[in-house]
Amino acid sequence: MIPSPGNAIALSLAVPLVGFVAIWLAGRWPNLREAATLLTGVVLIALTLIVFAAVGEGARPGYLLYTVVGGLPIAFQAEPLGAMFAVLASVLWFVNSLYSIGYMRGHHEKHQTRFYMCFAIAIASAMGVAYAANLFTLFIFYEVLTLSTFPLVTHKGDEAAKQGGRVYLGILMGTSIGLLLPAIVWVYSIAGTTDFTPGGVLAAPLSDAGPLPMILMGLFAFGIGKAALMPIHPWLPNAMVAPTPVSAFLHAVAVVKAGVFSVLKIAVYIFGVDFLGETGAATPFMWIAAGSILLASAIAMHKDNLKARLAYSTVSQLSYVTLGAMLATEMGVMGGAMQIAAHAAGKMTLFMCAGAIYVGAHKTLVSELRGLGPKMPFTFIAFFIGAMSIVGLPPLGGSWPKFLLMLGAADAGQLAIIGVLIVSSLLNVVYLLSIPVQAFYLEPAGEGEKPQGSGAKAIDWRNIEEAPLLCVIPPIITALFALLLFIFADPLYAYLTPIAEAR
Amino acid sequence: MTIASQLPVIPIILPLVTAPLAVLMPAEKWGGRLPHVFTTLVAWTVFAACAAILHSVATVGPISYHLGDWAPPIGIEYRIDLANALVLTLVSGVGALVFPFAHESIRSEIDPRQVNLFYAALLICMAGLLGVTITGDAFNVFVFLEISSLSTYALVAMGANKDRRALTAAFNYLVMGTIGATFFVIGLGLLYQATGTLNMADIKIQLAGDNNRMVEAGFAFIVIGMGLKAAMFPMHLWMPNAYAYAPSVVSAFLAATATKVAVYVIIRFIYTVIGADFAFAPAAFAWLIAPLAIAGMFFASVVAIFQDDVKRMLAYSSVGQIGYMLFGVSFGTEQGLSASLVHLFNHGLMKGALFMAAACVMLRIGSHSCNAYAGLAKRMPLTAAAFIIAGLSLIGVPLTVGFISKWQLLSAAFDSGRAWAGFLIVASSFLAVIYIGRVIELMVLKEAPKDAPPIKEAPLSMLIPMGILVAANIYFGLNTELTVDLAERAAHALMGAGR
Amino acid sequence: MDLLTFIAERYNYWIFIILMMTGLYIVIARGNLIKKLIGLNVFQTSVFIYYISIGKITGGTAPIYVAGDMEARAHGAGHGAPEGAHGAQALPGKDALGVGAIHADETLHEDFELAGNDLATLTGETHAAPHAAPEPQAIHSAPEGGVNDALAAPDLKIEDHAAAAADAVHQAADIIYSNPLPHVLILTAIVVGIATTAVGLALVVRIREAYGTIEEDELEAADDVAEFGAPPAREAAA
Repeated sequence: MIPSPGNAIALSLAVPLVGFVAIWLAGRWPNLREAATLLTGVVLIALTLIVFAAVGEGARPGYLLYTVVGGLPIAFQAEPLGAMFAVLASVLWFVNSLYSIGYMRGHHEKHQTRFYMCFAIAIASAMGVAYAANLFTLFIFYEVLTLSTFPLVTHKGDEAAKQGGRVYLGILMGTSIGLLLPAIVWVYSIAGTTDFTPGGVLAAPLSDAGPLPMILMGLFAFGIGKAALMPIHPWLPNAMVAPTPVSAFLHAVAVVKAGVFSVLKIAVYIFGVDFLGETGAATPFMWIAAGSILLASAIAMHKDNLKARLAYSTVSQLSYVTLGAMLATEMGVMGGAMQIAAHAAGKMTLFMCAGAIYVGAHKTLVSELRGLGPKMPFTFIAFFIGAMSIVGLPPLGGSWPKFLLMLGAADAGQLAIIGVLIVSSLLNVVYLLSIPVQAFYLEPAGEGEKPQGSGAKAIDWRNIEEAPLLCVIPPIITALFALLLFIFADPLYAYLTPIAEAR
Repeated sequence: MTIASQLPVIPIILPLVTAPLAVLMPAEKWGGRLPHVFTTLVAWTVFAACAAILHSVATVGPISYHLGDWAPPIGIEYRIDLANALVLTLVSGVGALVFPFAHESIRSEIDPRQVNLFYAALLICMAGLLGVTITGDAFNVFVFLEISSLSTYALVAMGANKDRRALTAAFNYLVMGTIGATFFVIGLGLLYQATGTLNMADIKIQLAGDNNRMVEAGFAFIVIGMGLKAAMFPMHLWMPNAYAYAPSVVSAFLAATATKVAVYVIIRFIYTVIGADFAFAPAAFAWLIAPLAIAGMFFASVVAIFQDDVKRMLAYSSVGQIGYMLFGVSFGTEQGLSASLVHLFNHGLMKGALFMAAACVMLRIGSHSCNAYAGLAKRMPLTAAAFIIAGLSLIGVPLTVGFISKWQLLSAAFDSGRAWAGFLIVASSFLAVIYIGRVIELMVLKEAPKDAPPIKEAPLSMLIPMGILVAANIYFGLNTELTVDLAERAAHALMGAGR
Repeated sequence: MDLLTFIAERYNYWIFIILMMTGLYIVIARGNLIKKLIGLNVFQTSVFIYYISIGKITGGTAPIYVAGDMEARAHGAGHGAPEGAHGAQALPGKDALGVGAIHADETLHEDFELAGNDLATLTGETHAAPHAAPEPQAIHSAPEGGVNDALAAPDLKIEDHAAAAADAVHQAADIIYSNPLPHVLILTAIVVGIATTAVGLALVVRIREAYGTIEEDELEAADDVAEFGAPPAREAAA
């Protein structure tokens, strides 16, 4: 029995909630509980694929859940960007669930049931964000996502976790209530609707409104704190106090991608690419995004803590998407959309590797990783692939978005942006690729010693000390995804084309 | 003469008549439950009557009930339109939940000899608040206001069994409350002098939009007097202590109802009695009400952040929330008014639930300082959950009533071209994130002290009413038919009467 | 000179304002709780006086029917304070115009009706009265009272009604009464005031029991000690 795409949308929200209850009920029997999580994941992937396929055929399935106040329905409608995001999130959630099992058990974490329950809510709200048909719905699920991930961030419950959680919640809630909500209400007040409409809803009523479009764009760009545009990025490094699966999935995929996805969607379906281009409303934010790319990379270089370095790398990479949206050209938007997928696969690989290193070798600092490569070859090979994808080297998925963004920048006549992109890639090489290289080529360094180069060492197959299997296989899977995204970029590009043409 | 035609008088007469009976009941029988059960039944009857009134007003139209069959404008008229039907339902609904909730909490907090008196006073207080709301006669407002206030002073003072500061709090409340009521009477006198009538609708007719100093002065006295009762900034000083040291049940009831009724009276006088088209109304909105509302929104919220006592923090939060309501009114638009009415109703639900949770904590842990909330999520999970949901509602998280309020206020601000007002509203609600978040963090993340004795969850008799109120917070966050739609109609009628 | 007249004519308001300010000052400035309550009472009393004074008409009498002596009083109509006209007892007949009340019409119906009620109570002749009334605006408010009183005197003959009613209306038209409504209102307010004072005094008694003092600063000091565990600095120094 295959549900209709419209119902599949509704079910993809309902299934994680059923999973939530099942996890709760099965809380005493860990195996059963994990089975519930994985089963939910499989069903969810199937559902999102149904929607994905239908959207690919040109349909725009929708589902009206409920009308709260007159003119404010909680409604869903799938379009290519959302369908892609949903598939991405559901597939990576499944992979991450496998990883979580390995990590949480390998690490003997407490409160595992609560952990999986919150994860289920988080994925449900990510689905809500992906399929939202209007800003109102988007906002609701955006907030639920923030709240449901708060217990995950503060999972360890110690003082550092509390401090991190405070910053996390403070910035995300503060920006969403303080900037995003008024922006949404303002749009509603101006346009009389918050529906995502191809071509935007603001072009007609705001045709000669002076600086208002720019103000609104600013409210959205900074109000969507999850997009981590500088200077509202500090929540992301702070969120790294969470267990690694949380960082891997939420802070490389679900939460941050929900942010940039929202920015992209608002730029395309609320403002409209043409309107943004004509009014120049997005230009200041394009520069802020460009600055954010470089600055975050620069900060990342100084971070010795592996997860912190990855977090700043994420801040930098997220701004690529924002940049793509703010370029207000077809290619820019396409580049941003592709970046969502490519970065998700790449960065999740890196985070899961970081977790595997932590579980396997109990190392958290980059400087401690020297010479670890031969002991954990699979982990570091996966890390290498992920890092290459992030840098944007072929033959990996990350190369296409960079290419498209450069084209988009050229279309917009912003040649300086191309320079920014090139410099950023170089910085990425320095701070990401250096990690696996040092792991394989350098001797482990003691306190205060200078690292000694020793050339590539042969992997001693008898002496491998990898993390548990469930921690190693998932990053390899996602590294493969990064590879596939390079090969199948063309169909994805074709799939996403309707977004850029919606004007 | 049928019972149905006498419906409007039931919510007033019934509690007033039955309150003395509650005093006379034997306190020992049924484990001291007799007055409790009796007054609970009365409260439910009153709620049923109010719900019936709301239904009738919503479907048929405004009700005019002539007390003693004396026709207005000479006789006293109970005039019920949608605006006050909504407030009536809120007050009686909260009452219907607070009465069953009270038993355990009261038994532990007040002197056992006062239990009968407590229920009687609470009934009278409710009757007074309902009377203020229902009546169409301006002087009658004063009388009912004092009926409710006098019983409130007594109720607050009953907290002295736990903390003697309740006495001084009650005394200060009495002084401030009396000054407020007397100001109100002066204002009424001036209006009466100008018009020769006390019937609200009739005052409006007699004024016929005329403007003169006497009316302006009267209006100012009324707003100040009612502002004192509503704890409008900067006249809120009596409130934090009164709410902090009153028995928890009393705080819950008053926080949800008393200030709301005072705000309602301000709205009623602005729109029905004076009329929004009155020449100085825009000036009053722009230079009196709006600045005070904004100051309250920020000042009180900031003060709330630094409170060590949860009940006191909630009280300061109320001062800030009253600011939202008055701010909505000060827009002078139909949408702003409707948003205020919605928030008035919704805020009653949130604050009622929050104070009820505080009452549960008080019962089991015996304190309402912030430290008592450490690790509450493990010690009293249901109470903590109630507090968290109601707290999120106060912040304005989607799917709760708080979000509906905020959305309505924001769209009223933007639609009336006051973008700056919208940002002030969200900026101050960010302060709510801080003060509520602080307590939630304590409950969820902090461990209870090691030597803390194990405690039970609050009893069912408290959990169920609290649960209903929390559920209402979510239900009315989804189904806005009762709140938003009715408030919009009420605002339309109020504004329509002003044109 | 004009200014002096202006001030002198409104002497009742001056009394009211002075009393009110005195009361408020006592409430704010005195630390003794009993004195505060007294101040509160003074404050409230000022409002009572204000109300009573606005209901009083120069030359007006209590709204009670007195046979004869009507004509003499009727011509004493009018009074000093212009504002007084709003709440004034005005004549429904030809003299009404002479009073110059801003809201004369509106005020009339009510005062006339009150007069009518009282007359009706005495004579038992009522329900015909409004119909015979010379002023159309009086009609709409009168029937209530009229009918009620008529029920109290069921055995009167119909033919008496018209004649007696006409008589009553004629008499009512010629007499001046003080407006009783503010006085009635203030009776209520006095009751409320007494209740408030009683509750306040009861609270003071309880405070004295609990703290052993009724001075505000000592109460605050006691609370500070309770909360912070140490007396404030100045007491420690002493």
